[in-house]
Amino acid sequence: MPPYPYGGNHMSTSTLLKMNHITKTFPGVKALDDVSFSVEAGSIHFIVGENGAGKSTLMKVLSGIHAYGSYEGDIEFDGEVRAFHRIDDSEKAGLVIINQELALIPEMTVYENIFLAHEVSTNGVIDWNETIHRSSEELKRVQLNINPGLKVKDLNVGQQQLVEIAKALSKKVKLLILDEPTAALNENDSERLLNLLVELKAQGITCIMISHKLKETIIADRVTVMRDGKTISTLEKDDIDEARIIKDMVGRSINDIYPKRPPYEAGDVVLEVKGLTAFNHRTDKTVAKNVGFQLHRGEVLGLAGLMGAGRSEIALSIFGNPKKYSMELEMTMMGEHVQFKHPSEAIKKGLFYVSEDRKAEGLVLKKDVKENVTLSNLHKISNRFVIDKNAEIRSAKEYVDHMNVKTPSLEQLVYYLSGGNQQKVAISKALFVGPKILILDEPTRGIDVGAKYEIYTLINQLIEEGMSIIMISSELPELLAMSDRLLVVAEGEIKKELHKDEFSPETVMTYATS
Amino acid sequence: MGTLLKDFWYIFRNNIRDYGMYIALAGIFIFFTLMTGGLFVSSRNIFNLIQQTGFIAVGSVGMTLIIVIRHIDLSVGSIAGVVGAMAAVLIVSYGVPAAVALPSVLIFGALAGLLTGYLVAKVGIPAFVASLGGMFVYRGLIFNFLQSTGTLGINDPIIEAIGRGTIPSLATVFGMQLSSLIIGILAIGWLIYSELSNRQKKIAYNFEVLPKNLMIVKLVFMSIIIAVITYVLGSYRGISWVLVIVGIVLFAYHFMTTKTILGRHIFAVGGNPEASELSGISVEKITYFVFSSMGFLSALSGIMYLARLQSATFTAGEGLELQVIAGAFVGGTSAAGGIGKVTGSVIGALVMASLINGMQMLSLGSNIQNIISGVVLVLAVIFDVKTRNMKKTEKKS
Repeated sequence: MPPYPYGGNHMSTSTLLKMNHITKTFPGVKALDDVSFSVEAGSIHFIVGENGAGKSTLMKVLSGIHAYGSYEGDIEFDGEVRAFHRIDDSEKAGLVIINQELALIPEMTVYENIFLAHEVSTNGVIDWNETIHRSSEELKRVQLNINPGLKVKDLNVGQQQLVEIAKALSKKVKLLILDEPTAALNENDSERLLNLLVELKAQGITCIMISHKLKETIIADRVTVMRDGKTISTLEKDDIDEARIIKDMVGRSINDIYPKRPPYEAGDVVLEVKGLTAFNHRTDKTVAKNVGFQLHRGEVLGLAGLMGAGRSEIALSIFGNPKKYSMELEMTMMGEHVQFKHPSEAIKKGLFYVSEDRKAEGLVLKKDVKENVTLSNLHKISNRFVIDKNAEIRSAKEYVDHMNVKTPSLEQLVYYLSGGNQQKVAISKALFVGPKILILDEPTRGIDVGAKYEIYTLINQLIEEGMSIIMISSELPELLAMSDRLLVVAEGEIKKELHKDEFSPETVMTYATS
Repeated sequence: MGTLLKDFWYIFRNNIRDYGMYIALAGIFIFFTLMTGGLFVSSRNIFNLIQQTGFIAVGSVGMTLIIVIRHIDLSVGSIAGVVGAMAAVLIVSYGVPAAVALPSVLIFGALAGLLTGYLVAKVGIPAFVASLGGMFVYRGLIFNFLQSTGTLGINDPIIEAIGRGTIPSLATVFGMQLSSLIIGILAIGWLIYSELSNRQKKIAYNFEVLPKNLMIVKLVFMSIIIAVITYVLGSYRGISWVLVIVGIVLFAYHFMTTKTILGRHIFAVGGNPEASELSGISVEKITYFVFSSMGFLSALSGIMYLARLQSATFTAGEGLELQVIAGAFVGGTSAAGGIGKVTGSVIGALVMASLINGMQMLSLGSNIQNIISGVVLVLAVIFDVKTRNMKKTEKKS
């Protein structure tokens, strides 16, 4: 872990924000139960907790997304009791929230985005020169060295995140709220962001950060743990300790974050990829260059690398090429030469890919749990081409029970499930086709500690049953713990193959950035 | 009886979206019946109403699937028009038997739809543009086919039957057509049988079923409706071929969308194309299928329209695409994709046609008819959007 600069001791004694006895009820559910919470000026305050603990609801109450009057309790900000009815009320007071789904408009330029809805103007006429000038200033403050005239869609996620922060700074922000800002970032960009927050703190900007990555609490001045709509504990800087936080988060102690791996012995080769080269016309980029590897029976093969290194692209190229790259590939599966023209052919042969983006690419959110589970293999529950709905309910139930999906019923729309349970449905769907090889792309992204543990356990179980798994993850510790072998990918190439005894974060990062 | 009412209320509340349209239809019927002194529900008018709705309803069924997969098809009316012209020219000018000409033009319709599907799925242009192009091209072709005459009258027994005929009566019993009576009785029998066998299957699986008394209420209620329809139709000219065609199309599409793998795949593609592709569904193939089904049904609609007028004209099918789209939207199809029911769309088309029919009986001008139709269309979609949100909050709790 590289040392983070702490930017001097700026802990001031004045309190910037006090939320007193906040209770927020949704029909039938108490999302926040008498929560009191305060933030010191000039500090970085983390809020952690499992999904559904109430973190985001608390921030929505704070920023006026849940309007004043829709909750009980009161909010004191910057010395005054506030009644925010809309998000622009809170922004006027100097409180800016940056959500996980970025609020940028891809087709607009960086400077247009930064001053969107608070344009530099006189009588409604925009002063573009001043806009561009000020945008450059804000970009400098977030240490993003790009031309403000670029369109946002041409930036990577890390840069977009920084543009969001620049936008917040341009609004004269006093309290910056970040909801899982690093969830979609790779290690490098995450580190850069954390350093920036420390930098901004030195400039007097207070920050509330929601995160699932506990090691990031190293920059925190305070950590508040939430569970079941209540604050469980608030730890001061010197008391911050991951084990303690996890214990408070889940209400029990998890000795080990990763379940024990069964000892691995290399089985037969089940998949061999040779000479994979793929070109994406849409982005005009070569996404895979002469990639070749083998996968063994009962093995977890990890694909490590930075965001955009080409890991998902390699997986998709193997899985029937749904993104329509131009490509060359020689592939053998179970000793048989195969050439998949569409994912359906790959699925028939026993290869399944679980997407990194379960909402956009993994699930049909508007459909219910059972229809999602059975979608990829309707023949299994059909009489020729007619679906037997009773058989569907029965087999979907089997998988949902086995995966421990927490849902009120099989008819619940997947939309309403939590991230962890959605992921379990996505994996159930994959298992429903009875695959021999499973590609899991970021299987634990954005889900809580408990659900992660369940997914790790499942992976071990599948391996023991003789399945082979290719796992892609941007969380290096997870990848190191779960893989039997690692391929480090950078710029669409496999830079290095690592065996278990060679695993270390430093080695992986060295090759990933080469 | 108290629990029965409570059960009923519970089920009603949770399915208000599905029932809303039927209630609206009932409301329209009651309103016009009162306003016309019962003339609106006379056998003769109901028969006419069905004849007026048929060709729109068939189109709405196809449009439902188009909207479900997040596209639109503006070429429906022009395809209907050109198909009518082609059929008329084939039969009248070339002496081709209708039994050959009609299947040929239906295939033409399906191919025209396939072409739109190709432009959308393979070439990748927006369906709005692809079908708008088609709309102009096919409209132009009508002029080619009909040349200078403008209209082409047609005199053919099959066309005559499709447009105005009814199924053979067999005999008259108590002043009613025997064939209609038999079909009505068979329909009630089939209703009861399918409900009971469904129930048996569910019980065998240990699944939840409707409470017994509620099921009986439901069966009695639906049987009465079928009996009334049978009586109304049977006491005039009986069941028209238009009704038979709509019935077959509706049954086939309802079965396809609710019971088959193909139907499930169509709705999955509408709900999330990316996820569907990664689930092994070919979005391209589904798009081809849905557009050619639309083309086929446009052609069928064109034949029904031709048969209704007994002549092909330049203006045949003009604006039909918009009536068809209105039917689908009033019927609860969601513009965001993935949600819709073909039964709903047929009812939607019937709602719109009933309004027009009723207003014409009250001798209201075209201006009022159009204004009311527009308002009802928007109200129906508002109802749909609002009840959807309501369901959302309910489920969250």
